[in-house]
Amino acid sequence: MTFAIESIFPIELAGICYEIANKTLINNISFTLQANSRTVILGPNGAGKSLLLRLCHGLIQPSSGSIHWHGARTRQPADFQAMVFQRPIMLRRSAQANVEYALALKGVGRAGRKYLTHEVLKKVGLTEFAKRPARVMSVGEQQKLALARAWVLKPQVLFLDEPTASLDPASTYAFEEIIAEIHAAGTKIVMTTHNMGQAQRLADEILFIHQGQLLEQSSAASFFSAPKDSRAEAFIRGELLFNPNQEVNS
Amino acid sequence: MNDFRDALLTAVSLIVNLNQDLTEIVLLSLQVSFSALIIAALIAMPIGAAVALYRFSGRTAIIIFMNALMGLPPVVVGLIVYLLLSRTGPLGVFGLLFTPTAMIVAQVLLIMPIIGALTRQVIEDLWAEYEEQLRSLGAGPGRAITALIWDGRYSLLTALLAGFGRASAEVGAVMIVGGNIDHVTRVMTTSIALEVSKGNLVLALALGCVLMTISLGANGGAYGMKALAERSEK
Repeated sequence: MTFAIESIFPIELAGICYEIANKTLINNISFTLQANSRTVILGPNGAGKSLLLRLCHGLIQPSSGSIHWHGARTRQPADFQAMVFQRPIMLRRSAQANVEYALALKGVGRAGRKYLTHEVLKKVGLTEFAKRPARVMSVGEQQKLALARAWVLKPQVLFLDEPTASLDPASTYAFEEIIAEIHAAGTKIVMTTHNMGQAQRLADEILFIHQGQLLEQSSAASFFSAPKDSRAEAFIRGELLFNPNQEVNS
Repeated sequence: MNDFRDALLTAVSLIVNLNQDLTEIVLLSLQVSFSALIIAALIAMPIGAAVALYRFSGRTAIIIFMNALMGLPPVVVGLIVYLLLSRTGPLGVFGLLFTPTAMIVAQVLLIMPIIGALTRQVIEDLWAEYEEQLRSLGAGPGRAITALIWDGRYSLLTALLAGFGRASAEVGAVMIVGGNIDHVTRVMTTSIALEVSKGNLVLALALGCVLMTISLGANGGAYGMKALAERSEK
C-alpha cells in the first residue's frame, strides 16, 4: 500500500506575505525546499515559524505570493503531506481508531486499516495502548500517536510544529528517534523549533526566521559554524532576540 | 392533606397494578414523543452540524432564528399544525387531524429548533478544536460531520434529552391537534389537564408520577452515561 506515486518536490515559495488586520506577520518570504533532507525552521517565539509551516501545508492561504509544488500533476499536493501539531489533537476514541480514521479518510479499506494501524503502532511502541482512549494517554504518548497517525499515511513531507515543546527529555528523545526512522524511510521532514539543541541534532538545513522575515537559508553545518546574518549569530550565541514593540504571533 | 395522601396512595396502586387506562395513555405518550424525537433528530442534527461547519451569507441570521425558535410557544405550533391539517387546510386531504400522527408532527416542529441549536453549538465547539487536524488529514467540513457527531455523542445526548423533555412535557400543541380523544389521542399531559379539570386527582396524580419518573429516569441515565464517558475519555 503506498500513497507516494510521484515526487511533489521541490516546493517553491515566492514572495509570500501573510497579513491579519493590517499586520504583516510573514513578510515577503521566498525559498525552495528539496526532497529528502531535514529542514528545520528556526527562530525565536513569535517569529512566524508556525504560520510559515501552515502556509506550506495549505492550512492557511497567503495574502500575496505563491506556493508551488512541482511534480504533483495527477493528485493534490495535500494528499502527499501530513502534519503534527504542537498540541496533539486526539479524536474522542481509542488510539487505534484515531489512526484508522486517518486511513479511512484516504480511502483505505477496513482490512488495510487494521493492518497498517497495527504496524505503525508497533513501530512507535504504542501497541499496548491500541485500545485505550487516546485522550487519557499522557501528552508524550499522545504526541507519539499523532506522529504514528501522520506516518501511517506515508507522506512525502511531514510538517512538525514544535512537536516536543511540551515533552520531557526522555519523551523528546523517543520522539526524535521516530522522526529519524520516518526520515530514513524517505519522508522529507520540515520542522519548527526555537530549541537550538534540537536544531543541531536534527537539521540538515536551516531556515532562520525572525519577525516574519527569512534571514538565512543554509546547511546546518554552515549555519552553526559561520552564520551569515548577525541576528542569526546572536541567536546561536543565546542572546534574546525580540522587538519590544512586536506582539507575539507564533 | 389526607386527601392528597389518599390520592397519592391510590395513584401508586394504579401504577403498581398496571391499570389498563393508565398503561394505554403512558404507552401512547412514549410512542408519540419517541417518534417525534427520532424524526426531529434526523432532521435537526445534520442541519445544526451543517450550520456549525459551513460559512455562508445569512448564517448569523439562521443561528439567531434557530435560537429564537427554541422558545416557540406550543399553542402557536399547535395552531399552525391545526390550520395545515384541518379539512380546509393545505394538508387536509391526508385526514391526519386528531390522530397521533398530527401530535408527532406538532412535537417534531417544537423540538427541532432545540435539537438543531444545541447540535450547532456542540459541533461548532468541536470543530474549533479539530479543524486544523482534520483538514490536515484531508477532511473538509462535509467529511468531518460524521466524525464530529460521533465525537460529540455524549454532549448531543443532552440535546436529545432536552428535546425529549420538551416533547413529553408539552400539552398545548398536542391538545389542539390531537383533541385529547379517549383511547385515540389521549396522552399523559392532556389527560392530566382533563382529569384535574374534572376533579379526578387520583389518575392525574398517577400520570404525574409516571411522567416525573420517566423524566427523572431519562435525565439520570443520560447524566450517568455522560459522566462515565467523560471519566473514561476525558
